[in-house]
Amino acid sequence: MNAIIFSAVWGIVMMFSGVLSNNKKTIQATAIVGLILLFIVNLLDLGGNHFINIDLHNMLYFETFGLLFNAIAFGASLLYFLLSSSDILKVGVNGAEYFALIFFVLCGVSIVTSFNTLLMLFLGIEIISIPLYILTGADKRDLKSNEASLKYFLMGAFSTGLMLLGITFLYGATANGSFFLDDIAAAKTSLSPLYIIGLLLLLVSMSFKVSAAPFHFWTPDVYDGAPTVFTSFMATIVKAAVFIAFIRLFGDAFGDTIQRWQIFVAIIIAATLFIGNITAVFQQSVKRMLAYSSIAQAGFMLFALLTLNTFAKEGIILYTAAYSIATIGIFAVLIKMKDYSFEGFNGLAKHHPTIAAVTTIFLLSLAGIPLTAGFFAKYYMLAAALQTGKFLWLVIFAVLCAAISVYYYFRIIQAMYFKEGEPQVLETTLSFRVVLIVLSIIIILLGIFPQWLINQIYYLYL
Amino acid sequence: MPINYYIFLAVALFCIGVAGVLTRRNAIIIFMCVELMLNAVNLLLVAFSKMHHLALAKVDPNAGINGQIFVFFIMVVAAAEVSVGLAIIVMMYRNTHSIDVNFLNRLKH
Repeated sequence: MNAIIFSAVWGIVMMFSGVLSNNKKTIQATAIVGLILLFIVNLLDLGGNHFINIDLHNMLYFETFGLLFNAIAFGASLLYFLLSSSDILKVGVNGAEYFALIFFVLCGVSIVTSFNTLLMLFLGIEIISIPLYILTGADKRDLKSNEASLKYFLMGAFSTGLMLLGITFLYGATANGSFFLDDIAAAKTSLSPLYIIGLLLLLVSMSFKVSAAPFHFWTPDVYDGAPTVFTSFMATIVKAAVFIAFIRLFGDAFGDTIQRWQIFVAIIIAATLFIGNITAVFQQSVKRMLAYSSIAQAGFMLFALLTLNTFAKEGIILYTAAYSIATIGIFAVLIKMKDYSFEGFNGLAKHHPTIAAVTTIFLLSLAGIPLTAGFFAKYYMLAAALQTGKFLWLVIFAVLCAAISVYYYFRIIQAMYFKEGEPQVLETTLSFRVVLIVLSIIIILLGIFPQWLINQIYYLYL
Repeated sequence: MPINYYIFLAVALFCIGVAGVLTRRNAIIIFMCVELMLNAVNLLLVAFSKMHHLALAKVDPNAGINGQIFVFFIMVVAAAEVSVGLAIIVMMYRNTHSIDVNFLNRLKH
């Protein structure tokens, strides 16, 4: 609860900071201080210190799983701000407003990790989406940014419509007319057509939001067209948060009927992994390749939805942390490159050895090489599927797809280390490089001691 | 009237909206079709709300009120979406002097 109130309030503070000060340093510092406070406030929430006690009528339900994910999301946002806040200010003239919108998105993130009724799910998803439409179009003069924003907006509004129809059908199917997840879970006994159609519509619309195939077609265009700093935010923290919402929704409301919809999720996973990985191989631009790679990674994260067991819950926390940190790091490096194609990375290792080394660690983690966080993240996902004993074919397919993904991640490493060239890199500060090294240390530590993060789920703070 | 009539009407309106979104090329018309989808949902929510109220009014005089509250939230969110969406369309128009979504193909390659 602390995080929801604080992030909304600090969003307004950010808007006023833009009015009161024209100094970019002040705005940047206000944003970073706000995020540090948000992180601390959320940890206090996790420890049981609530500032304000409001009767929520059980509409929000706080548990360690959601609050722990909030901590990951805020921590990742903090690293993102430390790396890229100066680039955010460079996008346009309204620097303070971009930070304000990011704080509003984080407010939505903390709602979707704690909803207990479909009303809050809907509001949380919309509070996340609407600021993102604006951020995507933040570069007003750039036609690509305009186009991405319009496309994202139309697709987002369309999938919201589908989600609302699904919610309405489920409302009609409940016995006592309520949106609470418990009442929807209780409606399964009837298995009326309303319930089944509602469930499928929610599955489709949430797949839209997490860009799972065959509902992924907007993703590459939007991620490619949006200003790179905001692509980084969208592809990591926001996507991970929507995944947590997806898993909470299906775990709490439809967990008992899992046998009936599991096969649909399995097909979605197979399609997502296949399309994401195969298309990523053929990309010429690193930014577009990362967009397809985010689709492919979504395929792995969907394994948690397929199984919904303890392995899955532990794994999705680790996966979101590993994936967010590695992708934020790669995007931060990409923003500093002048040429976004693979050739742009040629010879980076010779001229900027630190940046090349940390980028290699991020890429290895995304590919799932042992000793990085990405390996255990993928391991937990596949272990969860093996535990159900039904989806051996899907696990084998996923391993093959992970092998394909090594190809396109290693293309960058190959360009950096084994090709000659003069990479065009914008100037980087010492603190930028230090934060990048911190990111890579976190990834390696999570790769060696994944239990440390996972045990936090079971540590009873509340 | 049985609830099925309302469901058929709302689903028909919703499908008109979906068909519009998928086939029309003018961004404003697509936008109107999205609004039609949302309003079809509103209609259905109110119908279900009344259905639940009739079924449970003896037990709980407030039964079914949730659906109507949800409708208000959908209206508010739709208004917020309109303000952002129209701003995006205006921004698009300023740069290209067109709101035809067929122009949206610069990103394909």
